[in-house]
Amino acid sequence: MIPANFDYIQAGSVDEAIQALGEHGDEAKLVAGGHSLIPLMKFRLATPAYLVDINRLDDLKYVRDDGEYLAVGALTRHCDVEKNDLIVSNAGVLAQATHNVGDPQVRHRGTIGGAVAHGDPASDIPSALLALKATVVVRGPEGEREIGIEDFFTGFLETDLHDDEMLTEVRIPKVPDAKWSFQKFNRRAQDWAIVGASIVCGDGHAGVGLVNMHSVPFRSEAVESALLNGANAEEAGDLAAEGTEAPSDLNASKDYREHLARVLVRRGLQEAGR
Amino acid sequence: MEVSIKINGVEQSYDVEPRMLLVQYIREAAGLTGTNIGCDTSSCGACTVHLDGESVKSCTVLAAQVNGMEVTTIEGLADNDGTLHPVQRAFHECHALQCGYCTPGMVMASVSMIEENPSMTEDDVREGLEGNLCRCTGYHNIVKAVLQASEVSL
Repeated sequence: MIPANFDYIQAGSVDEAIQALGEHGDEAKLVAGGHSLIPLMKFRLATPAYLVDINRLDDLKYVRDDGEYLAVGALTRHCDVEKNDLIVSNAGVLAQATHNVGDPQVRHRGTIGGAVAHGDPASDIPSALLALKATVVVRGPEGEREIGIEDFFTGFLETDLHDDEMLTEVRIPKVPDAKWSFQKFNRRAQDWAIVGASIVCGDGHAGVGLVNMHSVPFRSEAVESALLNGANAEEAGDLAAEGTEAPSDLNASKDYREHLARVLVRRGLQEAGR
Repeated sequence: MEVSIKINGVEQSYDVEPRMLLVQYIREAAGLTGTNIGCDTSSCGACTVHLDGESVKSCTVLAAQVNGMEVTTIEGLADNDGTLHPVQRAFHECHALQCGYCTPGMVMASVSMIEENPSMTEDDVREGLEGNLCRCTGYHNIVKAVLQASEVSL
């Protein structure tokens, strides 16, 4: 399968990328690792006229300790996130969720920024970022904006990014001594989650992100507030389907997904010591 | 557009469409047909090659994205005198192939995996090869071969 024709633009800097986006509007798409976009282009579900390649922007490949939070450059590849010491010790759920994405070859190419900007409710990484209450930094011609991860996802494969903006950084607040769990139910090793759950429990912090339970990556406020009010794993897990709008497809019905969400959240909370 | 890629140590340059996939560049422009196309959707791993030393699925990378980089394919693993790479030799000795279609991808994925973690358990190998499918289901001997090769490489 071969994508439809496009003009290829290699961006030499973030400003060049933003400028190209500004010139071509919604006819242009950024490509990073390409493991979501290139398959869509091969199926001709996406047919951008201009493809702006940001792979060479090495200054967006980093994991930094910025005091209150970890700063992760948008072009940091999954293979570098999953093994990074700062992430493993401060945001274990993100390391584990990232390790569960695709396979080693996919993780050599895919980037954290790409996984977030794609806005896929079936993706593992957004659930971890929801549970960690991360923020994303986007840059456009007017400058930078910082957006809470929950507000970033606005619809199915839709985000708050404007046509001429680019995601540059993910910020993960440190939750000292937090316990966490990543749960994923699928049938074969490299499959997408039928349902998944990211759990982070810390001092005054309860974060629960669900995979594939809504048209957007979903934060379970019902479970979170129950936890903050002292609920145990079983009581809080029972609330995991509240507010969800799970899809029905060949892998699972809506009811079955709701059941899975309750079971996985309960197991995750138990693993996280609740 | 002109795309130059060093494949197996040899600089190559061809005028191709931006939409050309890396696997097409390798097979059709450079004429190296050892890299197979299987599922064409980044699931099966038959098209695995090394990009600057790391395994990638060449059906899901554009040739244009790789301009100026180095690619190694299955043809580039053995020495010039024909001496097999330790992973190739282990696949041969352990009979780690049946029809052979997945083999180039399996070998390339295994080499990359051993380089990243030379002391793997059987579980590590099975998990590490999750992105490579063998429709003959010959996994048992493939895992044996990778473990044997990783011991040799130490």
